[in-house]
Amino acid sequence: MEPLLKSSHVVEMFGGLKAVSDFNIYINPGELIGLIGPNGAGKTTAFNLFTGVYQPTSGTIEFNGQSIAGLKPYEITQRGIARTFQNIRLFSELSVLDNVKIAFHSHVKYGVAEAIFRVGRYFDEEALVTEESHKLLSIFKLDDKAEETAKNLPYGAQRRLEIARALAAKPKLLLLDEPAAGMNPQETHELMEMIRWIRDQFSLTILLIEHDMSLVMGICERIYVLEYGEIIAHGTPEQIQNNPEVIRAYLGGEA
Amino acid sequence: MNSVQKNDLRLLVLGVVLFAVIEGAMEGGFIGSFWKLNIILIGINIILSASLNLINGYTGQFSLGHAGFMAVGAYVAVILTTNFHLPLIAGMVGGGLAAAALGFLIGLPTLRLNGDYLAIATLGLGEIIRIVIMNIQYVGGAAGFSGIPHLTTFPWVFATMLVTLFAIKNFVNSNHGRACIAIRENEIAAAAMGVNTTKYKVMAFTIGAAFAGVAGALFAHCFYIISPGSFTFMQSFNYLIMVVLGGLGSLTGSIAGAFVVTALSAALADWPEFRMIIYALALIFLMFYRPQGLFGYVELTKLAPFSRLRALKGGREE
Amino acid sequence: MDFGSLLVQQLINGVSLGSIYALIALGYTMVYGIIKLINFAHGDIYMVGAYVGFFAITTLGWGIFPALLVSMAVTGLLGMVVERLAYKPLRHAPRISVLITAIGVSFFLEYATMYFVTPTPRTFPDVFSSAGITVGGFVVNGQQLLSFAITLVLMVILTYIVQKTKIGKAMRAVSFDTETAQLMGIDADRVISITFGIGSALAAAGGVLVGVYYNSIDPLMGIMPGLKAFVAAVLGGIGVIPGAMAGGLILGVVESLVSGFLSSTFRDAAAFAILILVLLFRPAGIFGKNTQEKV
Repeated sequence: MEPLLKSSHVVEMFGGLKAVSDFNIYINPGELIGLIGPNGAGKTTAFNLFTGVYQPTSGTIEFNGQSIAGLKPYEITQRGIARTFQNIRLFSELSVLDNVKIAFHSHVKYGVAEAIFRVGRYFDEEALVTEESHKLLSIFKLDDKAEETAKNLPYGAQRRLEIARALAAKPKLLLLDEPAAGMNPQETHELMEMIRWIRDQFSLTILLIEHDMSLVMGICERIYVLEYGEIIAHGTPEQIQNNPEVIRAYLGGEA
Repeated sequence: MNSVQKNDLRLLVLGVVLFAVIEGAMEGGFIGSFWKLNIILIGINIILSASLNLINGYTGQFSLGHAGFMAVGAYVAVILTTNFHLPLIAGMVGGGLAAAALGFLIGLPTLRLNGDYLAIATLGLGEIIRIVIMNIQYVGGAAGFSGIPHLTTFPWVFATMLVTLFAIKNFVNSNHGRACIAIRENEIAAAAMGVNTTKYKVMAFTIGAAFAGVAGALFAHCFYIISPGSFTFMQSFNYLIMVVLGGLGSLTGSIAGAFVVTALSAALADWPEFRMIIYALALIFLMFYRPQGLFGYVELTKLAPFSRLRALKGGREE
Repeated sequence: MDFGSLLVQQLINGVSLGSIYALIALGYTMVYGIIKLINFAHGDIYMVGAYVGFFAITTLGWGIFPALLVSMAVTGLLGMVVERLAYKPLRHAPRISVLITAIGVSFFLEYATMYFVTPTPRTFPDVFSSAGITVGGFVVNGQQLLSFAITLVLMVILTYIVQKTKIGKAMRAVSFDTETAQLMGIDADRVISITFGIGSALAAAGGVLVGVYYNSIDPLMGIMPGLKAFVAAVLGGIGVIPGAMAGGLILGVVESLVSGFLSSTFRDAAAFAILILVLLFRPAGIFGKNTQEKV
């Protein structure tokens, strides 16, 4: 099977500092993959490389069989990679509904003139966007908060809204950056169910960064472990849990 | 007809009624020539503040060069009407297109900058435009362009103002306008949602410049002579005050801001220092106590009784 | 005059004009370095400095040096008052709100001054024209010598303060990372206040020197030099003190060359063109470092 996302020998330098070096991963269509590692290991840098926020210093990144290195973030999103942010980046002054509507951006086809004169496809497409946005919000139990300002949502709800918004961009690959950060065990458990469910429902491929090991071990099919910008281990949750390198990286010392 | 179109129609009827009342009062001789001119200026300033609001308020790109685009529109228009004897509408279209073209050319490189750097760069570009005009002898240089026919009338201004407001309202309530607003809220997240941020920043800047050019054309034909001195960055600050006072990201605010500032300037015409001291204190206290302005991010049409009316009829959104 | 002598004469004019820009630019750059604010009112602070010097010389009959010192003291205090009243309450507000406030403060200083001293330009008394030297056929007049000398002395003092004193270290620490500096026990509010004071005092010196140099002052005189000094600060690398000095000198020389060889009407355009080119091609300026937003 052709992998959906594949990075080969990717290196990212910040000044003289190697943030990521010889980074090789592959993700097959439909997989749910975890990327773990201590703080500062380069996990978010990897996401930024996949979404075009950073350009790799060297190496290649292929999505759907095509190189995406050098593309702008919006071009990568339009090709089918959407993401959430570790430090939540909602459109905080806008309503919950508008947050989701914006993410349909590339799938709305009417032009500027049609918008200004309110003719042609304007009304039909706007109605469709509103309807689909409400559908997504109800999946994430946010529909009753559709008119609320995003910044007034509780933390867990903001994280859910980030995922709903990313889904509105209709991605093939969804990147989740610490989706359970700041959630209580009950919320985390619900989130796990939710992630599995949307993967099946939207036929997604998911790569997630997470520190909550119960979540990672509970739902990921394969896991990559990153330390100091290098992949030190790769395998199923069982393999990772018993890998001496990983135990050393997490617990320190000479295990 | 859906609820959105009904709402538009209601606003249009409101506009026509307002026009009839003011036009009637003017024709009936209830308004003197000083206030006649100022009512026309209020209309023109509404076009300017609404178009600046599209750039600064909705898209969040802090521009201080609006007077430069207005100047280009004004000069192109007076060349067309005075030297080529074309009608006012040709001047407005020509002025608007010229300003839009310049806005596009300027916006493309400068909109990479953000925040206060963009502010100061656009201020500089506005001044460069003015200085260049000052050095073109064909349009009278520093002395100004004279012999302009007095073509601007209240009906022209009011109609253009309505068109501007509807165009900007419809734009910001569309997929394209949402993209602009997303850029204001969080540029990185907007790009991550598939918004081509450069394209939409330049688009908002170009549309804003176009309407500033049209407003410049109307402004120029109110007077016998225009000179580069009418389009300094102090004028850009003036429009900024209107937008900020009224509220960033609110067209209701732009209308209110243009009305208050223009009327206040007219009323205090004999005490210019006081006028400016009042503006200064208003800006400072606004930032302390109500930084979003009078109507920040809110439209009057979204408040009661409009929204209650829509709720009764089961309407959504606008 | 032939081309060569015109060039040298314009360079002399440019350096003396540039040294005044540099004095104003230092205030911009220090304030920007510490609270990331383009203090639009800084040019008006400079104008107030010129008026304080003017009244010290005319009304009180003082000499140029006492007038200069008193102007720097009074205006420095004004800068601190402005910071305390207008900017400190907005410490955690969006930067654009603070920028708009700065525009408001600028208007207020301009028109409040206009109310008290009338809009009519005042003729600055002729205090320093008798001196002057001729070097190889080129005239360096007394005003130019004075600008040079005073700018040089003030810059040496400033460099000493920033590099060697405790307050200077605190200023650098706050400008590098305000929060960490506070954790280290530095009173950031006090440091910011002193930075405004020093920056305003330097602008006041520039104001008095301009009065001496051009013999005329008015309430709106600060607008253009204020913007130009900002250009100088950006050119040198905003937040970098030697950058402001270099930027001011370069800008002064460019302007003099443009008015000497092209046309004085393009002088202001040249400054803004430099600004835009720098922002587009090297936004960090000559001495600055590029930074990127963390995602």
